Amino acid sequence: MKPTVSTTASKAVAAALAAGLLMFSAAGRAVDLTVYTAVEAEDLKRYADTFNEDHPDINIKWVRDSTGIVTAKLLAEKNNPQADIIWGLAGTSLLLMKAEGMMEPYRPKGLENLDPKFYDSDPVPSWVGMDAWVAAICYNTVEGAKHNLEAPDSWRDLLKPMYRGHVIMPNPNSSGTGFLDVSSWLQIFGEKGGWTYMDGLHRNIARYTHSGSKPCKLAAAGEIPIGISFAFRGARSKEAGAPIEIIIPSEGIGWEMEASAIIAGTDKLEAAKTLMDWSISRKAMEMYNTAYAVVGYRGIAKPVKHFPPETVSAMIDNDFEFAANNRKRILTEWQRRYDSKSEPKN
Amino acid sequence: MTADADTATTDATTVTAPASTTPAAASPAARIRPKTGRDDKIMAAFIAVIGLYLIVSLALPLYAVLSKSVSAFYFDLGNFEFQVDRGAGWSAPVTARQLNDELRALSPEELRTSGDGRLAVTVFFPDFNFRAPTRYRIRQVQPEAAFLAGTRRVADTDWHTFDSNQFRRVVLRASKSTGLDNYRAYFSTPALFRSLKNSLTIAVISTVLTVALAFGFAYALTRSAMRFKGLFRIIAMAPILVPSLLPGIALVYLFGNQGMLKSFLLGESIYGPIGIVIGSVFFTFPHAMIIITTALSLSDARLYEAAVSLRASRWKTFWTVTIPGARYGLVSAAFVVFNLVITDFGLPKVIGGQYNMLAVDIYKQVIGQQNFEMGAVVSVVLLIPALLAFTIDRVVQKKQVAQLSSRSVPYAPQPHRRFDALCLLYCVLVTVFIAGLIGVCQYAALIKFWPYDLSLSFNNYNFDVMDGGGWDSWKNSIRLALYTAAAGTAVIFCGAYMVEKTQRFVATRAAFQFLAMLPMAIPGMVLGLAYIFFFNNPANPLHGLYGSMAILVICTVTHFYTVSHLTAVTALKQMDREFESVAASLKQPFHKVFSRVTVPVCLPSVLDISIYLFVNAMTTVSGVIFLYSPDTALASIAVLNMDDAGDIAPAAAMGMMIFYSNIGARLIHLLLTRKVMRNTQAWRTRRGEAVR
Repeated sequence: MKPTVSTTASKAVAAALAAGLLMFSAAGRAVDLTVYTAVEAEDLKRYADTFNEDHPDINIKWVRDSTGIVTAKLLAEKNNPQADIIWGLAGTSLLLMKAEGMMEPYRPKGLENLDPKFYDSDPVPSWVGMDAWVAAICYNTVEGAKHNLEAPDSWRDLLKPMYRGHVIMPNPNSSGTGFLDVSSWLQIFGEKGGWTYMDGLHRNIARYTHSGSKPCKLAAAGEIPIGISFAFRGARSKEAGAPIEIIIPSEGIGWEMEASAIIAGTDKLEAAKTLMDWSISRKAMEMYNTAYAVVGYRGIAKPVKHFPPETVSAMIDNDFEFAANNRKRILTEWQRRYDSKSEPKN
Repeated sequence: MTADADTATTDATTVTAPASTTPAAASPAARIRPKTGRDDKIMAAFIAVIGLYLIVSLALPLYAVLSKSVSAFYFDLGNFEFQVDRGAGWSAPVTARQLNDELRALSPEELRTSGDGRLAVTVFFPDFNFRAPTRYRIRQVQPEAAFLAGTRRVADTDWHTFDSNQFRRVVLRASKSTGLDNYRAYFSTPALFRSLKNSLTIAVISTVLTVALAFGFAYALTRSAMRFKGLFRIIAMAPILVPSLLPGIALVYLFGNQGMLKSFLLGESIYGPIGIVIGSVFFTFPHAMIIITTALSLSDARLYEAAVSLRASRWKTFWTVTIPGARYGLVSAAFVVFNLVITDFGLPKVIGGQYNMLAVDIYKQVIGQQNFEMGAVVSVVLLIPALLAFTIDRVVQKKQVAQLSSRSVPYAPQPHRRFDALCLLYCVLVTVFIAGLIGVCQYAALIKFWPYDLSLSFNNYNFDVMDGGGWDSWKNSIRLALYTAAAGTAVIFCGAYMVEKTQRFVATRAAFQFLAMLPMAIPGMVLGLAYIFFFNNPANPLHGLYGSMAILVICTVTHFYTVSHLTAVTALKQMDREFESVAASLKQPFHKVFSRVTVPVCLPSVLDISIYLFVNAMTTVSGVIFLYSPDTALASIAVLNMDDAGDIAPAAAMGMMIFYSNIGARLIHLLLTRKVMRNTQAWRTRRGEAVR
């Protein structure tokens, strides 16, 4: 069917109307901000809604994926960034991007309220933290009893022969949580002690997963009784009714922060700064605190259900710079030692 | 799921021989060179457009992968200069290279690195002590690399001064160069290199098993007089309708540590080669089954009669008549299965455990370590066995000659009680295996909390509160499948028409044929990665497609181009060139013949192509894993991501949604085909004998 003159004309009118509408909405004050994040999917809407209570004129367009994928995406887009701002991505990933010169340094209002661990030490920080997620062991009490396993108290406990094949952890080559575990052991036990520890642990590991939350989910499902994962995931699984205990090992735990940064080159700098300011406000921090036991704002964190009380005191003094600068070396060494083992064990 | 619905895959591999002979040589009439008319010009333009499409969507992205894989990184020591102040003023500037030449601190090997390489500068100062009052200065000669002071990036060429405690936090960043360093690094990393061996091992074992099992199944279907053949066929086709990683999830529920049948494995772990092989047999079975069934059904009953009259035993007949008759089908099936297994990514990711495979390595390099260069290298390595298998198959298929002549008599199996019962038993076992794995997934999807709360619920279908994109991802998948089916069918059928029916431009058409065959040898993972490198380049005018639905459609169409192209070519070959000649002599433009005659006649094949594209767009993982954006999350990716996050039951639930959507699409396809057959294909049966 050929378009008649009248349909062509009506199409033109429709197009003009649509263009007019677009211009009208652009003339309004609403700004679309493209926000890259690795925050849990279930929390996104709550975060945006709470932000919009104070800033209804900024419309958040989420781009969410797991930490690895968002980081890969940002680095792939290095020369042509699509994001305006990052809100909620691992600090280690932000350090990688800072090393590529991808951040727009900005000192958000209220920075003095944060624990200095939670922001970049440069005079004008490139990134600021929101909250911390901490390593933890998820221990399935039902399966543990079935296999006559004691609940482990420490990282070293996991070396006991009775745990052989009953421990699962993420592969640091595919999971940020896995790298967090490895880099924290190297800091807790020292470089040499750390590798010795992992040599021993490797004997007990059933297998390495590709994601950081899977070990805890598998522990929750009883597939493997002990999962090295992070406390947040354990708390969620416990809330869902899984028979698990969240154990904070006595030697201390590695942790990683969720942080925010403005992407250099954004043409929505003002809106991005507004979001940065808000992201470390007391209101925002209280919002993070509903799920995360540790937040950057000093003195406001309330205990979170299912998080062991010793969580905060067990956090090690994590050296993110060490982790970032030695990442390649650590991963190569890890791969050489453990990833070349082709036979799975059970 | 009728026989004709499956020709899309069938034709792909069995009917390659006619497609590879150049059409110009096919008929002597073509040698009379007609003048280039208006039609020819239009058709040439069409070929150019679709050829350009293939170049942009295939050749250029692959080139981008190749060039990425040879972009190496090294520490350019000559580019960094130091000055030291030990209390007596600044020393003369000295480059890191000069220092290294004196000290031999780093070998040339150690200067090679990756894009994220960092080198602490203190290695060049053996007397370095962070407590010493020494001061250091560093600068870049050319602003080509950078160094980090702590976490701050410094890319200018100014001198920067540090005290010794700050200086120990200075690291050099790498410069880019071109070379084979990445390949050297790859082949000297045992863990990576072992994946190649693992991939080949798994692919060979799975190929042998699948082809053997599928041959038995096809043999029972074509050579026995057992009952329920139609039902067996339908069930055996089911794995095509689910993502390849779904059997992995079913195997976890069956043989995992909390599995229902764990004891069957005698203490072996399902996570590893055993799981990958079982899952691979499951998802490749229908592909092999269709091809071998087609090959076996093209047999000439006269050969069997001859065998009987020569008193050959059943055994001997099997080896001298059946197997030789089916050998090209067997080779094709083996090639298809081998390529499917070696390029598959979802299954080893879900159930591979510690057993590394190439396709998973690409993912680990790119997503886990953001090492795009090494990802490209693994891609190229993965390309080699796939291309090799492809080439061997092409060479073998060229030798194929028509087995069916006009005098052939179709073989009709005679009832034979014991043999039929045996065949029936075998087919029951195979279909129970297939239906069982799918059934387990559906069961797992409905269990509230395996293994602690076995009550049934729909909680696992509450996708919106989980990773993976929620119900939107399912809607996106349906959209992608529809767009792919529509756009893909149009592009591919037109392309095939131009290649098949044009008389001129022999060289162009040969090049086009080659491009159209190529996607079959390109793993989806490699194609996806290629698209990142190509389309995400800001200098690329098509950059706007990145992150859109369009790029997913383009990737999927290209990924599944070959099979659809061959189906179209086969259908078009059935039509005599006379149609075009008559139309030309009647001064009718080609597009009239195309729309009034060609398309209606080929409509069943057109529908086959579109259902093939639809189903594959629903289940594909590897091609789109790097390309989806939050607005275009897909159901198949959601299955993968939910499993990755440990939400295995919801992953199974989403997998089953894909399954049911595909069944729905198949049913619609079946109804449409029936209607089309009645409306446009009545001529095929009007006089008892079909055209040709």
